[in-house]
Amino acid sequence: MIDIVYFAWVRERIGLPRERIETEAATVADLVEELCAREERYAAAFSDVSALRVALDQELSEFDAPLAGVREVAFFPPMTGG
Amino acid sequence: MQIRVQEGPFDAGAELDAFSHGRHEVGAVVSFTGIVRDPEGGLIRMEIEHYPGMTESAITAIAETAKARWGLADLLVIHRHGALPLGQPIMMVATAAAHRRAAFEAAEYLMDYLKSRAPFWKKEVTRSGAHWVEATPEDEDALLRW
Repeated sequence: MIDIVYFAWVRERIGLPRERIETEAATVADLVEELCAREERYAAAFSDVSALRVALDQELSEFDAPLAGVREVAFFPPMTGG
Repeated sequence: MQIRVQEGPFDAGAELDAFSHGRHEVGAVVSFTGIVRDPEGGLIRMEIEHYPGMTESAITAIAETAKARWGLADLLVIHRHGALPLGQPIMMVATAAAHRRAAFEAAEYLMDYLKSRAPFWKKEVTRSGAHWVEATPEDEDALLRW
């Protein structure tokens, strides 16, 4: 089981802030592919992953990173703090 | 070192007074306050979303790097989330160092990194609708100077 959290317009497009799923995905990119195959709203949110950032267990990471041992994956647009 | 992520407002003047008070080891305190602005007219409020947990750890990592690199005596970061009306402070940083150059540079470093490496997302709610503020290439380029 893995927790997935979404922020900003990614959350709005997918329509929920958090979900827990069963997955065999080896990498973040595999997980994205799996989600996109589920429903159109995921495909819409992930249509351009270069516009997205990913964090694994609350640390910024990359889409080719492995998911082994990861408990929480977060997807969000580039940050706009300050 | 003080890091606060909060929904409620803060008084930037009072924070700066408290931060500067009673220091004998520093000759320079620099502060920056970011304020909700309305560049195009029609803004009703700003809404800031964040990633509880990661926000605090990301800011702490940025602050610790700044403190070590510029040998700061102390630093303060306050960043708000939630709904913020026009004209209200969004966030502030303050740095205390022996000399002004270190205090200024560290404050700029903190601002550059908070802008694009701390997990906050701004949404502008205007009379004609709401939209997410987009990060600019300049935000990313600003990190290259460090």
